[in-house]
Amino acid sequence: MIPATVAELGESMAGEDYVLSDGLAVSLFLALRQSRPLFLEGEAGVGKTEVAKTLATLLDRRLIRLQCYEGLDINAAAYEWNYARQMMQIQSAGQGQLSSADLFTTENLIERPLLEALRDDKRGAPILLIDELDRADEAFEAYLLEILSDWQITIPEFGTVAAAAPPIVIITSNRTREIHDALKRRCFYHWVDYPSLDDELDILKRKAPEAGAELSHQVVHFVHRLRDEKLFKAPGVAETIDWAQALVELDCVAVDPATADSTMGVLLKYQDDIARIRGSVAAKLLAEIQIELAGYQRK
Amino acid sequence: MTSADNALQSNMLGDQPGYRGEKLAENIAHFVRLLRRAGMKVGPASIIDCLAASSNIDLGHQAEFYHALASCVVKRPEDRQLFDQAFHSFWRNPDFSEKMRDMITPTIGTDAAPPPVEDPLLRRVDDAMQPDRDDTPTPEPEEERIEIDAALAWSSDEKLQEMDFQMMSADEIREAEQAIDRLVLPVPQRPSRRSLPANGKGQLSMKRTLRRMASRAGLALPILERPQTKPRPVVVICDISGSMERYSRMLLRFTHALTQRRGRVHSFLFGTRLTHISHEMRDRDPDAAMRAISGYVHDWSGGTRITSTIGDFNMDWSRRVLGQGAVVLLITDGLDRDPNGALEHEMERLHKSCHRLIWLNPLLRFDGFEPRSHGIQSILPHVDSFVPVHSLASIGQLARVLSADMGPGWHDKSLAGWMSRLHDIQNEAEQPEGVFT
Repeated sequence: MIPATVAELGESMAGEDYVLSDGLAVSLFLALRQSRPLFLEGEAGVGKTEVAKTLATLLDRRLIRLQCYEGLDINAAAYEWNYARQMMQIQSAGQGQLSSADLFTTENLIERPLLEALRDDKRGAPILLIDELDRADEAFEAYLLEILSDWQITIPEFGTVAAAAPPIVIITSNRTREIHDALKRRCFYHWVDYPSLDDELDILKRKAPEAGAELSHQVVHFVHRLRDEKLFKAPGVAETIDWAQALVELDCVAVDPATADSTMGVLLKYQDDIARIRGSVAAKLLAEIQIELAGYQRK
Repeated sequence: MTSADNALQSNMLGDQPGYRGEKLAENIAHFVRLLRRAGMKVGPASIIDCLAASSNIDLGHQAEFYHALASCVVKRPEDRQLFDQAFHSFWRNPDFSEKMRDMITPTIGTDAAPPPVEDPLLRRVDDAMQPDRDDTPTPEPEEERIEIDAALAWSSDEKLQEMDFQMMSADEIREAEQAIDRLVLPVPQRPSRRSLPANGKGQLSMKRTLRRMASRAGLALPILERPQTKPRPVVVICDISGSMERYSRMLLRFTHALTQRRGRVHSFLFGTRLTHISHEMRDRDPDAAMRAISGYVHDWSGGTRITSTIGDFNMDWSRRVLGQGAVVLLITDGLDRDPNGALEHEMERLHKSCHRLIWLNPLLRFDGFEPRSHGIQSILPHVDSFVPVHSLASIGQLARVLSADMGPGWHDKSLAGWMSRLHDIQNEAEQPEGVFT
């Protein structure tokens, strides 16, 4: 059942361990209520894909994922004819026995994610995740326009397949290029930012409960400091969780400069960034958060 | 407001729910128009979107209303700040829910004017709030930098080809500009993952073969296909600092011609800082484009800070514009005035994140040019090609480079000469030290 208010949606998502920011909660709520696609853009590792996955669990719907890549075409995204099967049909039927209506049938149609998403499902309309759309060619965006506004796919040999109930569509992009306005216009748009300090603590408590409160505070404060530094790629939420888990694996109860240095590769993925932070900068940031945390705990 | 007005209003609100919707619609329409005036790309459809969205949320909740409007109209993170400013100015009644109930027509421009805003971005909202103020700056006539030289006024087209831009008269400049506008440069291609039908060699295409068989009663020869190619994106990073002054104008014209001819060209200017000008360059009229750029580029003929601008480009733009195997044209003389000397490092990163990096340098017009300055020595090892760009003929030379295949293993043969020269110079410089140690 789709939640009736924004607050209710936020609570039920939190129940599935996804902490929604206020803006994302409203955008997602509207997308669900108005059956329009939700377009999520943001840095890697801020939890864009996770929204769709969590939503699928929450609403108990089927999740259909279309991972985009360069050269993605209709054959891989929407449908393909089962050529081998058609060939056999032609050969076994003999000349003049077959019309094209016999060849282009539902049995011979191989459904790919976009077409699958238009099909009825016992559990309700499925959730279609179009992941990393910026990796696909621009031509593919134009193809999506018909599907996203009319919820139908036209197959020349077959006819038009329309959805009984529009699927819930979530599109993500890392913004390695700009997506055309025509597509964005059809969607609710939300720029997924890094979470606030409190939200991130909440996320860590849910995703890495084995890290104690003290370690979690240190990790989150340190990561937030790190995001203020001029880095080529700032650590995302996924990195925060990975780091906390890594520290637990290493039996750390508190972050010290030596451990921070040796595990920096979990947080930062570019050698330049690691070289810049490792050593004195990391030690300085750690010293700063010690003071900050002392104040935090006194409160 | 008089008591009669109050009574009227409460009556209408109490008895006619339609009134409330109407007022909200009107306000949203005003608000969207305000956003458009402030420079955001929002069409009339946005008004309908906003209305539909606001009917689905709790209007008494200001944050919800704010986020709902944002997800309908903000389609780019850059627009967020503008939206915030506009939202708070427009729906600025302190008691928001009160306002939502009252639905008083917005008081644009009649309220006490907000204090003047310094930030140029916020300024745009501020200006857009004043509906009748004509704030389009009258374009100032462009300063004529090139003095008219009567002796050269007879120059023929051929002579124009070889002439250094720096030496051109105003008329010749105009002529050269027109020549550039007509310029057709080859487009570097890259293999696409889609395919085209092929004769002779290729892979079997089941899809195409079967379709042919179906139309010919099962009798058809197999159809082959081969990979298609598609144009690479081009990124132009052009130096407009003092030392490049004479060339900037021509090279911008060149960038404009390039943008007009091709699908995906991203262009940037830099002097002391980086400015993104792709949008302005899409204006079909080259003069209008140049005016638009001069409007907010404050760097004309200042110093050069190559290191920090290339650093900014790497940090903020490379991931957005260098995808899909882009070719970068770096236009600069390489004379860096940047005190922080990590140029080689930044160039290395730029080189590694694009497909090919082509350096266009007007200094190459001098026969005796030697890679002696520090900036040039830092850039040279990290480019794939080094081409002069000081005359129409040399721009023609660029065509040779752009039409090269540029596939894996490609390198510009003329670069090898420069590299060995660079090594000689560096060895010379190291020699004296060797004596003393």
